[in-house]
Amino acid sequence: MNAVLVAVIAWNTFREAVRDRVLYNLVFFALLMISAAILVGQISIGIERLIIVNLGLSAISVFGAVMAVFLGVGLVHKEIERRTLYTMLSKPVRRTEFIAGKYFGLAITLAVNTLLMTVGLVTALLYVDGTLRREDAAVMTGVFFIFLQLLLLTGIALAFSCFATPVVSTLGTLGLYLAGIFSDDIRTFGSLSENPAMQRLTTFLYYVLPNFGQFNVISAVGHGQSVPGALIAGNTAYTLLYVTVTLIAAAAIFSNRNMK
Amino acid sequence: MPVIATEKLTKDYLTGFWTKHPKRSLDSLDLEVHENEVFGFLGPNGAGKTTTLKLLMNLVFPTSGSATILGRPVSDTSMHREIGFLPEAPYFYDYLTAREALSYYARLFGLKDHAVVDRFLARVGLTEARDTQLRKFSKGMLQRFGLAQAIVHDPRVVFLDEPMSGLDPVGRREVRDLILELKKEGRTIFFSTHILPDAETLCDRVAVLARGRLQGVGSVEEIFHREVHGVEIIFELPGGGAPPADLARTVTRTGSRYRAEVGVEDVYATFARLEELKARVVGCSEVRPTLEEYFMKLVDGANQAKQAGGGSQ
Ligand SMILES: Nc1ncnc2c1ncn2[C@@H]1O[C@H](COP(=O)(O)OP(=O)(O)O)[C@@H](O)[C@H]1O
Ligand SMILES: [Mg+2]
Repeated sequence: MNAVLVAVIAWNTFREAVRDRVLYNLVFFALLMISAAILVGQISIGIERLIIVNLGLSAISVFGAVMAVFLGVGLVHKEIERRTLYTMLSKPVRRTEFIAGKYFGLAITLAVNTLLMTVGLVTALLYVDGTLRREDAAVMTGVFFIFLQLLLLTGIALAFSCFATPVVSTLGTLGLYLAGIFSDDIRTFGSLSENPAMQRLTTFLYYVLPNFGQFNVISAVGHGQSVPGALIAGNTAYTLLYVTVTLIAAAAIFSNRNMK
Repeated sequence: MPVIATEKLTKDYLTGFWTKHPKRSLDSLDLEVHENEVFGFLGPNGAGKTTTLKLLMNLVFPTSGSATILGRPVSDTSMHREIGFLPEAPYFYDYLTAREALSYYARLFGLKDHAVVDRFLARVGLTEARDTQLRKFSKGMLQRFGLAQAIVHDPRVVFLDEPMSGLDPVGRREVRDLILELKKEGRTIFFSTHILPDAETLCDRVAVLARGRLQGVGSVEEIFHREVHGVEIIFELPGGGAPPADLARTVTRTGSRYRAEVGVEDVYATFARLEELKARVVGCSEVRPTLEEYFMKLVDGANQAKQAGGGSQ
């Protein structure tokens, strides 16, 4: 794997997203959400911070997820559809490097987007509280967890787009996202069941599905609770592992595909 | 060692929505292209030219058979440093300007020099448009840009899929000149076309493909001028009279002149009759099938062969 090639492709993918109006619109809408939060905060005395953290993190999460899914499923498909891939793959670029470049390009885009929205959120917090507090560090952890989820979603969307149409990829990614949110419940359900076959199935699903449930700390950090270091380390390691496996699968599918 | 070699290269595409059945697009292609040749890959639409190029570029994988470029299997991506490719009706990242897009492609080869990019844009006549986004480019301009990206890294072998289609006569002339320049620089050029005159004056050798099968390989002379159809005799008749209907297999009139086309074996008999008619013979020459006619015959032949073979799908 040639890291320079991956970086060159990632940079171009980022550049494409930046020149796409979608990015600006999302930032704009996120800022709108946050100013709405400020308005609500002024009305409900005493819980402004809670509302702003909740609304802000939710907006960052939703806008990020929409971008990850909709740009993610187009990453490869658009290049096939527009036949820009023909010239790309005639360069000394391995298909695995192309997939990696596309992935990191969208990851950079999401990082920048998340960062800009976070700046908006912090500004809003400063506005209602007049100062930043210790608990705000936990809010940053919340943002970090959202970003990790976006990395997972992007990997899944990209893997789907290596063999399916954008519509199927979108549905598949959203389906996995929903199933992943309830992945803890699926295992609990299995352990309650007496049937060993059912238990094996739910255990299998638990390990295969992306476990999005463990990333949701929005209401906890809204209430000023801190996030345990073990969870941060665990979620980070989980994301790295899951994304790596997803990308290897995506690259394997893509490498064996006929580019008609 | 041949620069490009294919051995029994075969590609079936799966077609049909519900029930997929294979459709043979390329059938056991054996081909060798030598160093520094301009090699024309000819065939009517649907012959399998693009399929062959996609197989060579490792975009699609052969059903059976194999291919090498510069002695290395086509699946070896590192060999791509030495080759350039212009796809059919090419399309590029349209949110980039010509300059940005070409530097992007150059960077994939580790080239960071902007002067190189500008030089190649100049070479294909895009200097004035270099800061224009590719989405505003005409088909001909995209074709030129496509040529630039195919040669910016100084490749030894250049593959061009229908490089002249979509161009006006001036553009065609320029592409022709560029191909000859590339040859002079010692490169090997493999290009496909369904427009025969493009190939005639340019190629050292050509291969003709019809319905996925190779029909012949050789110099343009060998391939297209092998057989003489007949002889045409141009003549005028005294007093503006009309020639007898059975004079020749076809007689056409243009102004005061007639053109009779006869079989080679009937030439002397026809001359004798013309003498009787006191005709003034103005010219006499061989009739060769035009390249189009040659193609049509090949396609018909391939069709008949297919029917005779029991219409194997
Ligand atoms: N992706 C594909 N799926 C199914 N059939 C295809 C595909 N691409 C090409 N073909 C078929 O293969 C044959 C050869 O096509 P092609 O190589 O594009 O011909 P050419 O470039 O000589 O015009 C045609 O009959 C075409 O319909
Ligand atoms: Mg073609």
